[in-house]
Amino acid sequence: MLEKISTGRIEHAAGLYDWDELVQRDRVHRLIYTDPAIFAAEMTQIFGAVWVYLGHESQIPKNDDFITVRLGLRPIILTRDLHGKIRALYNRCSHRGTTLCRKDRGSARFFQCPYHGWSYFNSGKLRAVPWPDGYACDFKDAKFNMAQVPRVESYRGFIFATLNADAPPLMDYLGPIVRPIDEWLDRHPGGRVVVCEANRLKYKGNWKLAYDNSADGYHVVFSHRSLLETENRLAKEGDKGMSFYQGRPDDAPMYVQAMAHGHSFKDKRPNIDERAGALWAIEGAHPGMEYYEQAVRQRLGDRADAALDLASSEPVNINVFPSLSILGNHIQVIEPVAVDETNVTWYGTAIVDEQDALGGAADDVNALRMRTQESFPNFGEVDDLANFEEIQRGLQAPEDEWVYMHRGLDIPGRIRTDADGIITAPATDEVFMREYIKEWKLLMQATPNLMVQREP
Amino acid sequence: MQSALDPSRSSYYVSNAFYQQVMESFSDWQRDDLAVADPAVRDHFRRLLEREARLLDQLRFDEWLALYAPECIYWVPATVTGGDPRREVAISFDDRRRIEDRIYRLRTGYAWSQAPKSRTVRLISNVEVFASAEGPARMVRSNFLISEFRPDGTRALAGWCGHRFVPRDERWEIQVRQVNLIDCDQNLRNPSIVL
Repeated sequence: MLEKISTGRIEHAAGLYDWDELVQRDRVHRLIYTDPAIFAAEMTQIFGAVWVYLGHESQIPKNDDFITVRLGLRPIILTRDLHGKIRALYNRCSHRGTTLCRKDRGSARFFQCPYHGWSYFNSGKLRAVPWPDGYACDFKDAKFNMAQVPRVESYRGFIFATLNADAPPLMDYLGPIVRPIDEWLDRHPGGRVVVCEANRLKYKGNWKLAYDNSADGYHVVFSHRSLLETENRLAKEGDKGMSFYQGRPDDAPMYVQAMAHGHSFKDKRPNIDERAGALWAIEGAHPGMEYYEQAVRQRLGDRADAALDLASSEPVNINVFPSLSILGNHIQVIEPVAVDETNVTWYGTAIVDEQDALGGAADDVNALRMRTQESFPNFGEVDDLANFEEIQRGLQAPEDEWVYMHRGLDIPGRIRTDADGIITAPATDEVFMREYIKEWKLLMQATPNLMVQREP
Repeated sequence: MQSALDPSRSSYYVSNAFYQQVMESFSDWQRDDLAVADPAVRDHFRRLLEREARLLDQLRFDEWLALYAPECIYWVPATVTGGDPRREVAISFDDRRRIEDRIYRLRTGYAWSQAPKSRTVRLISNVEVFASAEGPARMVRSNFLISEFRPDGTRALAGWCGHRFVPRDERWEIQVRQVNLIDCDQNLRNPSIVL
């Protein structure tokens, strides 16, 4: 059963502002980062209206497994129900609104409300109500089943959901960003990864500051100067990590692409030699590096370099609007908490090698890969987050209104648009920000056709 | 020490066997039958922990690191059980070289998350000493409360530490320090100090 949501009773944005004034071709108004009313509207018009990444299938591998997540601010139980169907259930008792599940993860065939004992199967269907003889109603009425997100789809392990009945199919929404996702997955044995815990961070700033940064090649040598200096302190060549940003990054072969629906792709792979082992050669020092490299080389001989590349940070940023970034080997999720508070969770990924494509080296590669993945959250991301917080503080000044994103704009020959609509620019260009914020503006001006579903 | 095996320069010691040993020594260790009752022993380790806390509060990292064995680990798990660090990411799992990276970064002047530097005071309490099930090592549990001041206010970071001390040259050195934040599996704001 689908229930259409009346837009009159939820936060919406269409009449709030003149959006063409707040979002211009070269700059945006500070209010889009600071206004609680805009934030409240975004939770519906952005996070309700487009496909939003909720989690990875490896986090709920078996039937009845669940994790609790959020869709915007909506508390969601993401579960693989007793028949194996992936559902995004509103974590909310249909009786009084209490959250039903307070755990981060687990396995449960049904959820019982701690408040008055109503219980639900993990299909969302009402299971039992204490002392039903005290009610005149028919509890077979679908309105007593849990609300759930009507559209949930996966792409190669990545689970997305949307409340918008008119949203395009997931594959159409993703569009050409699927190619880098495929390439990222296909470098692994069996073309898949599993999530293996996370570096969980938070900053006091608007969520869009993280998305603005997601393909930003301009900040790297400044915001991450401490990381670059640290990674190269023992290096002979000074070529570790993101050192290819030194000098004139716009002249380097890497590039940034902006795609439809606000997605973007920063491809740094052209900076790296194509030979096996070239990525491993620029990986910074990490615990166990020399021991495990030796072990992998002894085991695999000539094939060791390709395996070691899988322990190295893949030089791509694959950003799926509004909240998913595949960065290095991480699955990063941007989770809005309040207008000035955001969680950024860097899920680690590990290799699974069921066909033994790595000749028994998968465990050793993973032992390296866990440590390489801790490097950026510890020594890089914390500095970005400090800068995001300082932006939020700077934007408190109401009279100084504008935030610029015009790097590369109007320079002849700098930006190329292909027939398929993909826009390509040099690494430090801000075109990806301009493109996604155009999409954001369209969404804020629209009236999405939101629905929730209940089991019949 | 051979330069090729200098743990400040290379990481041969973080091996499968070493991970195994670290995980074994940090499982099922807070046992009453292994508790060391001698107040002099407890006082000895408590003084070492208090000195460590003071050196960290004063950002005297070289003296702090001198408390550690050459082949050491600073481990901040991201889950309450600690897990197998070969198969899951931790908040931090630093060997000696990466601890030195961490200190180096904080001293570059470009670590924006520590500009200005946090001011901290640490309270260490509830110190309990346990014998190791095998060998001469001592395992020490302590609770901590770090008050951290940054320009927008003072916050508290709470948790407990497991220290594994090993004897060498007439002194006890820290081989592994496991820092267990009570909110280790939650999103943390600016976790950029050495805990």
